[in-house]
Amino acid sequence: MLKTELEQMAKLIRRDILEMVHEAGTGHPGGSLSAVELVTALYFAEMNVDPKNPTWADRDRFILSKGHACPVSYAALARKGFFPLEELKTLRKLNSILQGHPDMKKTPGVDMTSGSLGQGLSVGFGMALGAKVTGKAFRVYVLLGDGELQEGSIWESAMAAAKYKLNNLVAIVDCNGLQVDGRCSDVMELEPLADKWRAFNWAVRQIDGHDFDQILAALAWARKQGGPVVILAQTVKGKGVSFMEDAVQWHGLAPNKEELEKALAEIG
Amino acid sequence: MTMLGKKIATREAYGDALVELGKENPNVVVLDADLSASTRTSKFAAQFPERFFQMGIAEQDMMGTAAGLAAAGKIPFASTFAMFATGRAYDQVRNSIGYPGLNVKIGATHAGVTVGEDGATHQALEDIALMRAIPGMTVIVPADYVEAVQAVKAAAAHVGPVYLRFTRGGVPVVFGDDYQFQLGKAALLRDGGDATIIACGVMVGAALEAAEALAGEGLSIRVLNMGTIKPLDGEAVIKAARETGAVVTAEEHSIIGGLGSAVAEVLGENCPVPMKRVGVPDVFGQSGGAGELLEHYGLTAANVAQRVREVVGRKA
Repeated sequence: MLKTELEQMAKLIRRDILEMVHEAGTGHPGGSLSAVELVTALYFAEMNVDPKNPTWADRDRFILSKGHACPVSYAALARKGFFPLEELKTLRKLNSILQGHPDMKKTPGVDMTSGSLGQGLSVGFGMALGAKVTGKAFRVYVLLGDGELQEGSIWESAMAAAKYKLNNLVAIVDCNGLQVDGRCSDVMELEPLADKWRAFNWAVRQIDGHDFDQILAALAWARKQGGPVVILAQTVKGKGVSFMEDAVQWHGLAPNKEELEKALAEIG
Repeated sequence: MTMLGKKIATREAYGDALVELGKENPNVVVLDADLSASTRTSKFAAQFPERFFQMGIAEQDMMGTAAGLAAAGKIPFASTFAMFATGRAYDQVRNSIGYPGLNVKIGATHAGVTVGEDGATHQALEDIALMRAIPGMTVIVPADYVEAVQAVKAAAAHVGPVYLRFTRGGVPVVFGDDYQFQLGKAALLRDGGDATIIACGVMVGAALEAAEALAGEGLSIRVLNMGTIKPLDGEAVIKAARETGAVVTAEEHSIIGGLGSAVAEVLGENCPVPMKRVGVPDVFGQSGGAGELLEHYGLTAANVAQRVREVVGRKA
């Protein structure tokens, strides 16, 4: 997909996120909006997946370790054709295929159940290891939140992935700088983050997580590395909606009708 | 070659069965968290180094990794002590293995008070309760080496998460070579009409001993080995209650949430009869010799026999 097409897709996905969270009356718009370009690039430019065969054994895998941002995944999966767009209206409702956090048994295209933070990198490592021992060429992409890196289990898996030198595992950190109780730097300092990953023997690349050129270049760079790579993507929580940007209260708050219309008008 | 009567730790069976599985099925992979010498996965590691993953002292990561391997089509056996498998990594086991129903086998050794001298921090007494509460989790507690080997193979053949509980110390082999473990089925070891002892793990030997002692008093006691705690063979439990009128459970686990609770749940709803649970009362363990600790917490044939006399006395 061309860059202009990716940008157009990102716009649609942003609208989907806001509309589905509004419809649900509950959900997490902030951390979904910060990851729109990252998830769009993965599904529409990088990953080898087949919407007609969601459990295809050779597909690339995506794990949304920051599971609360699933509106962005659901929108991308629907736009990719894994299920009808109308399903997005059922988010978080009884008997929906779209649970409040990702459920691989309910949603076509979801490769791993997630929600309890700090587990996705371990699972991604296991999948990448599974590919290696089976002689399969698929790649595994794990999207982490920056606040999520406060979970100790993340660093357990960081050690393990470096030990096994897996070059089919890509971690992407959505560095939006905010978590439920405030700024990450106030809640629990993460910096120097790049140094931390380097100290764990990961190859690190820092990019603007809203710039498709930089995202695609980083993903291409990742393919050339001999071990696990982490892309630290600088993002803005609530990106694209002025009153949601960098505003902690929009972590887990649904827009009302008026706010939705204002937000959609801004996105265009 | 029969092993009857020999004392062998069921963790030995875990190690041996994994090697056999490794030969039979290339999809079997094994993970350990720096305890491979103790869990006996070192045997598998020696023969299949490319399918053995040393994960370091990081049980949470090991369980998540096992989930990923299962999602990629492998049959991972994630191995560590029962305490760390169920306690340290509970969230991963629940959310990354149990909830998505991934095909992970958890090999938990050093369960119960027979861990011995290491004391309470290493004596998992609530692991069955924790695992039993996870929807879709199969829970197996083999009684001896023979059953343990078969249970490991049955776990590999079963699609879905399985928790396997093994001992550190030697337990007498109670099954002959003709024994056939069936997932989800109780095994009738001794028939009788006056009461039933339902036991698992190291307490199966004690149950048989108690039944033999009670026979000398003129009581005919049925003994059921409940190798699978979940799904529980409720049919066998109800049948035993109807036919013998009294039930005693025996397990090397807290009386809260384990075999005794599972049996009580079935009896309470279907066929209430006088019942007594033998297990560790609601306390933490402590250091001591394995035999001393079993004695201290009443996990003995004598105590089981005494509880049987009590429930028989309460029969209408």
